[in-house]
Amino acid sequence: MKEEIIIAGFGGQGVLFMGRILAYGGIMQDQEVTWMPSYGPEMRGGTCNVSVILSDNKISSPILSRFDTAIILNQQSLDKFESRVKPGGVLIYDPNGITRHPERKDIKVCRIDAVDEATKLGNAKAYNMIVLGAYLKVKPVVSMENVVKGLRKSLPERHHHLMEMNEKAISVGMNAVEIL
Amino acid sequence: MAEKILMKGNEAIAYAAINCGCDGYFGYPITPQSEVMETLMQEKPWETTGMVVLQAESETSSINMVYGGACCGKKVMTSSSSPGISLMCEGLSYLAGCELPCLVVNVMRGGPGLGTIQPSQSDYFQATKGGGHGDYRTIVLAPASVQDMYDFVDLSFELAFKYRNPVMILGDGIVGQMMEKVELRPAKPRRTDEEVRALCDSWATLGKPASREGNIVTSLALDAEIMERFNIHLQNKYATIEANEARYETYKTEDAEYLIVAFGCMSRICENVVELAREDGIKLGVLRPITLYPYPEKALDALVPQMKSIMSVELNSGQMVEDVRRIAAGRVPVHFYGRQGGAIPSPEEIYEAFVKKIKK
Repeated sequence: MKEEIIIAGFGGQGVLFMGRILAYGGIMQDQEVTWMPSYGPEMRGGTCNVSVILSDNKISSPILSRFDTAIILNQQSLDKFESRVKPGGVLIYDPNGITRHPERKDIKVCRIDAVDEATKLGNAKAYNMIVLGAYLKVKPVVSMENVVKGLRKSLPERHHHLMEMNEKAISVGMNAVEIL
Repeated sequence: MAEKILMKGNEAIAYAAINCGCDGYFGYPITPQSEVMETLMQEKPWETTGMVVLQAESETSSINMVYGGACCGKKVMTSSSSPGISLMCEGLSYLAGCELPCLVVNVMRGGPGLGTIQPSQSDYFQATKGGGHGDYRTIVLAPASVQDMYDFVDLSFELAFKYRNPVMILGDGIVGQMMEKVELRPAKPRRTDEEVRALCDSWATLGKPASREGNIVTSLALDAEIMERFNIHLQNKYATIEANEARYETYKTEDAEYLIVAFGCMSRICENVVELAREDGIKLGVLRPITLYPYPEKALDALVPQMKSIMSVELNSGQMVEDVRRIAAGRVPVHFYGRQGGAIPSPEEIYEAFVKKIKK
């Protein structure tokens, strides 16, 4: 199994953290992983992305030009990465703030209204976990058990009381995702 | 099985330093390597192993603090990125001239000048051919993974003390910023004063015992005869290093008819190029020098005869390719492909360039 993912959005949406949980989840199921963030001027200007690779075998290039899955959380990222999803791949996006929706017909497009769901939950910070849940529903590459382990490893201990809330947000995302 | 932790390359440098018994880190923040000192400050090793972590007022101070610590036989290090390393080059020459062991980590970014914060390999010349003044060499290790970043810290100190010579880990923004899983190694305690004396008594400034003359650490000798003798001694030492310490890795070179030479993270990107080529029936392999000085000359030399051509792939305008051409010595065509200024090529882009070169 090899899954090459790009998660892209604004700084502050929890893009890097979401990638980290996936990567740690991969380690928990004994996979090879890489997590490569954008750290350049684009990050300083507001947009932010991370590519994550999970693989049963040794990973060569951590730099990717095409992806199995793109998780897209703003218009700039949709414009940049829609064309870079492999044919037959998956694009998951939050339509909040999107003016031009995905157009490709040769990939599976899914929407997750994560801003709305986070508002319903009354917790804007649960946003990225809702998106993560949506991804895991469409592509269950990491088991829920290992995601929870990855989450525990990624959260500093002083935030471990938030585990339950995060797990709940993941299941909200799983239920709310819509395959178009 | 040892625990596997997800961490950034820069964090790995910090954890490895604490773990392998480093005595002191002196540094000054610069992107893309600031997490090295951030992690050390967060881990507070001065409360556990007694390791000193100090933010100096500049890179010039950091390298001279390293010089001071190294004079006392301590395992000391600094880290920076390209512009900061340029500031350290005077100190590096003095460290080499005094035969002092130390570790300098360069997480390269694009230059020249202040350049960019994006990854680059444009300090190959600086790292392998000098940087500072004088006839000196720095042992240079090029990590391709976060595990390498972790493992090379201990290896660097081993080599630094074995040869009393500065060692550089020459990474880049990719290996510094990337997270991968790291298998932690058994911890080495910091050396005790007795162990330092046993190991370094012949040269380090440890306080003069009645049993011997005082040690003087200096790179100054005004008498040409003495200075030439010292230079010859240094060159003999470098010859020993060249004979014993070249390290490399190969990927699918056994049946290869074409070769890519690439170091650091580029070697991993080029492994994907090999897969693309082999799908098209082209027998391509990769030679990855792990040590850039000493260069794995014999390994490359032995591969040359079976190749139709060689291509060096680098994040610069063509630096290591000069060494590849020197070793290939006109036997086969040597091509080059590179991106500069922080741009990173995809495997597809490199493959396209490779195909164009071999079809010419």
